[in-house]
Amino acid sequence: MKIKRLQILLLPLCAIIGLIAFNAFKKAHVPTTVYNVNAGLTIPAGFSAVAVAEQVGNARHIVVTPENDIYVHLAGTKNGKGILVLHVNGDKATLKSSFANYGGTGIAIKNGYLYASNDKDVYRYKLNEKNEVINPDQPETIVTGLLSRRAHEAKAFCLDNNGNIYVNIGAYSNICSEFDHDRKGCPILDSAGGIWQFKADKSNQHYGDGIRYATGLRNVVGLAWNQQDNQLFVMQHGRDALHDLFPNLYTVHQSAELPAECMFALKNGDNAGWPYVYYDWIQHKNMLGPEYGGDGKKAADPKFIEPVAAYPGHYAPNGLLFYTGNQFPEKYKNGAFIAFHGSWNRAPEPQAGYCVVFQPFKNGKPDGKWEVFADGFAGANKSPGGAAHRPCGLAQGPDGSLYVSDDQKGTIYKITYKK
Amino acid sequence: MKIKTTALLLSPLLFFNCLYAQVKPVKKTVHHATAASSMARGKIVYTSICLACHMADGGGVPSLNPPITGTEYVLGDKTRLIKIVLNGFKEDVEINGQKFSNSMTPHSDLKDQQIADVLTYVRKSFGNKASTITAAEVKKVRALNK
Repeated sequence: MKIKRLQILLLPLCAIIGLIAFNAFKKAHVPTTVYNVNAGLTIPAGFSAVAVAEQVGNARHIVVTPENDIYVHLAGTKNGKGILVLHVNGDKATLKSSFANYGGTGIAIKNGYLYASNDKDVYRYKLNEKNEVINPDQPETIVTGLLSRRAHEAKAFCLDNNGNIYVNIGAYSNICSEFDHDRKGCPILDSAGGIWQFKADKSNQHYGDGIRYATGLRNVVGLAWNQQDNQLFVMQHGRDALHDLFPNLYTVHQSAELPAECMFALKNGDNAGWPYVYYDWIQHKNMLGPEYGGDGKKAADPKFIEPVAAYPGHYAPNGLLFYTGNQFPEKYKNGAFIAFHGSWNRAPEPQAGYCVVFQPFKNGKPDGKWEVFADGFAGANKSPGGAAHRPCGLAQGPDGSLYVSDDQKGTIYKITYKK
Repeated sequence: MKIKTTALLLSPLLFFNCLYAQVKPVKKTVHHATAASSMARGKIVYTSICLACHMADGGGVPSLNPPITGTEYVLGDKTRLIKIVLNGFKEDVEINGQKFSNSMTPHSDLKDQQIADVLTYVRKSFGNKASTITAAEVKKVRALNK
């Protein structure tokens, strides 16, 4: 009887000791090994991923120098600085310096200068022979006074080989309906909803100094110059809310999958059709938008260009990079990596995207089906607020490694191929 | 004809008010019952109109659509909240240090009762614990809003 009682009394104590021991064991062993495998990412066999930096801030676009410095443009400022310089040494990156009193998205290196943009202006900084910014407090203003009206403000850009810079000026609207009541034509396209070309080496350019290179693009965050066929490629963020605005024409599911997120190869004067047109990746055709008489079946006027590749709705392509390195297997050479930030407008359907996709290319054009290259950024909760990480910017390291930035928690990933 | 429609539209409201008046002595239990049905109806409105932007958990979308949890915009002044639904929202808003910039379209096409229901639902869901909003309150704000 007494022993039994003692046993009963001891039982909880044993349980507590057991629990403590178990937790200690768990802390000491389980998480570290599980978490560190490829920094939580799923990638193809033969590749490995590491988080070279964490919690750097809302890391948007990035660029890596031949000396293994990473310039990271933050969405806002952290400790008053919007651009971080990290130095990579193997699997770790350490903060070297920071500068710029503005946040933003775009950042690139061309002909001895670092270019960076906020939501209204583009600046550049002279680099020394080690690709370090010489005078971080005195950038030269290249473009100024671009429209930024609370939607699609990011002035993402890229540069060609002929001294030009191509700047996205996103439409400050979903589908222009609030500006085009009579459906006579979207008036904001004169100064937004397209890509503008400016000179890369001329100070203080305004709208009048540049040209509207391509129009009818709702918003572009990922864009890159294709060196193979010397052409500008952009990723458009497609329109939202087909079902919410036209419940009789589109089901909730169709509204989640449509319209496509489009890759366009642009020439001077192209019109991609926003807001009149959207691309249906299931029917493989350009459709007349419901605001302008479309019904989900009527095709668009053929004067609008078609995408060269299309992806499921609302994936939110924020980064585009043509891979020119020698480290990855041959099939990746000159192909495109796309960082999909991840959806919100697929609700109430499950959210999707939150991955890096590889699009095979041949002779400067998409060739074959895209595939998910790196997944698992979001973790257990694939939602815009709950995702652990959201891929945004892409860059290629001097050794051919692929870098991916995350603007949710500020992780910088380095993906390498082990031969 | 017009009178008939108005009467028809008003009758459930009147019935509602009568019911409310009649059972005033046992206010507490009935209050719960009406709040519960308002919540149920509000959830339907929320799912079809609000969820696409504010998400199923009310958490919103970083940088774009504000969360509707734990914010004074939802928990505080009823008039301001009702006006957001009626007029939409086109200002940059900062909540808990985060900025949100997507515009919200006006929803003045919703009936007073629908707005009351959805706002009651929002004020009592996702961890929010604020008071109900009645159709009469919405009606008052709508009248002054013109």
